[in-house]
Amino acid sequence: MEMEILSTVNWARAQFALTAMYHWIFVPLTLGLSFLVAFFESIYLKSGNEEWKKITKFWMTLFGINFAIGVATGIILEFEFGTNWSNYSWMVGDIFGAPLAVEGIFAFFLEATFFAVMFFGWERVSKKFHLFSTWMVAVGSNLSAMWILIANGWMQFPTGMAFNPDKARFEMQNIWDVFLSPVAISKFVHATSSSFIVAALFVLGISALFLLQKRHQKMAKRSMAVAAVFGLVASLFVAINGDESAYSVAQRQPMKLAAMEGLYQGSTGASLVAFGVLNPAKDVGDNQSEFLVSAKLPGLLSLLATRDFNGFVPGINDLVAGNPAQNIIGANERVANGKIAVAALAGYKEAKGRGDAAGAAAALATFNTYQGDLGYGYLKNGEAAVPPVAATFYSFHIMVVLGSLFILLFVLVLYHLKKGDIENCTNLNQASFYALFFGYVASQAGWVVAEVGRQPWAIQNLLPVGVAATPIGSGNVQATFFIFLILFTTLLIAEIGIMVKQIKIGPEA
Amino acid sequence: MNNKLGRIIALYRDGFKSMVVGRLLWKVILVKLVVLYALAKFFFPDYLRANFSTDQARADHVLAALTQAHADR
Repeated sequence: MEMEILSTVNWARAQFALTAMYHWIFVPLTLGLSFLVAFFESIYLKSGNEEWKKITKFWMTLFGINFAIGVATGIILEFEFGTNWSNYSWMVGDIFGAPLAVEGIFAFFLEATFFAVMFFGWERVSKKFHLFSTWMVAVGSNLSAMWILIANGWMQFPTGMAFNPDKARFEMQNIWDVFLSPVAISKFVHATSSSFIVAALFVLGISALFLLQKRHQKMAKRSMAVAAVFGLVASLFVAINGDESAYSVAQRQPMKLAAMEGLYQGSTGASLVAFGVLNPAKDVGDNQSEFLVSAKLPGLLSLLATRDFNGFVPGINDLVAGNPAQNIIGANERVANGKIAVAALAGYKEAKGRGDAAGAAAALATFNTYQGDLGYGYLKNGEAAVPPVAATFYSFHIMVVLGSLFILLFVLVLYHLKKGDIENCTNLNQASFYALFFGYVASQAGWVVAEVGRQPWAIQNLLPVGVAATPIGSGNVQATFFIFLILFTTLLIAEIGIMVKQIKIGPEA
Repeated sequence: MNNKLGRIIALYRDGFKSMVVGRLLWKVILVKLVVLYALAKFFFPDYLRANFSTDQARADHVLAALTQAHADR
């Protein structure tokens, strides 16, 4: 039975990862391209040059294709909550209800009104109102994403709530603590600005393809100029926000940071890994080296995590076994605390059942003391609190390396645009074209870091995925996993097919 | 007022009529929605709604899952 539940949980996780990652193929382009289209149209309105209108319409068409193919793919995640993650859904219903309802209302009004004006209203409304509608689509799409990221931020840093042991629910105590959680804000800024980079690379890549094919060169160069500036500004923003995110993760999810850096033994003046190959034989608590090969930047990890070159950054060993010298309570001790919380919750339930008010009050007092470690009570041992290190480490470093290369690419493109010889830079244009795909790789890697790095938690420290899942057989979950795989792959092929056709036609359409 | 409403209706009507790529995209959207609806209907029942009739029964079920770990020891 235990094996069956484990199998169901893993299939449910795989299915959620599959659907979320496919959904995230469509979303970043929508978030970023909507702003780029608004910039193109703003330039058209200011300059009155019909060439910019043609540029706006071309990119707007590609935006429309991406939006149409991607729309409603996120609904599947909500199906999965109710079927595969019913315990979790029940427990967070009170917290997630508000942001998801606002998101639904936002999305509906946005799509029903400003989208129609944006696509159908060119000759029917004033130029200014049309531009206003385009900006509203951009702002609205991004605000729509904000509510989802608030919900995700809460799972990473649950705040503004209290657990009701009678209803088995987390209940909202302060809506502003949830909406303005530093993790939620950081996630929103990082996810949207990195999406702007994906969109900038998309425009850059297709424009570079036009230059390589010696088609629509004037339009391509104009598009590239706007996209490269947008991408460069977004990249610098991501770099600054990434630093803030690292600090936030260090304070609230130190195990995730340790996995991101493959750091087992904590230290002062901790080094940031610039490049490294993890030692696959390395285990928690052993004396083996963490890396087979590595290049490190001394003190930088401490600076990122503590704002001090000599600050102490805990490693996985410290976070599992504890480190009294640094006042770190290890996961082993938290597992013991968690088991007290679980026992107290069971005691409260039993006392309530037999009408023992005093017993219930005593059990509740014990539960309240230890409830911060509730989730650890479901883990076998402290090591179970360690996320998959290799997936987190490599995804993090792929994201950072690609993000740095994108900055270089945007600078080079702007330099050659200014110099006036971009159409002759074959290597740079080829690099720009391939960067389109690597933008998606970096974006997906970012989500792997965020989500795999916080395993085994559905809700940080409070609910592991094993308890969050529904106790059902894995057969249905396996079947729908493959149905979704086929459905999403078909949608992706459809998107690529329709887009390629439209790109071949070009802005003349 | 009627004139304004008429213009809004005309915006949508003429917009849909003059769509080129949009026609194909609407077909994709409709097929996708039908498939998603069928999947939701046949493969994705809301477990707690389907198996328990009251919120208290659902809460009791989840609380039992949360305290099962203690009972198992």
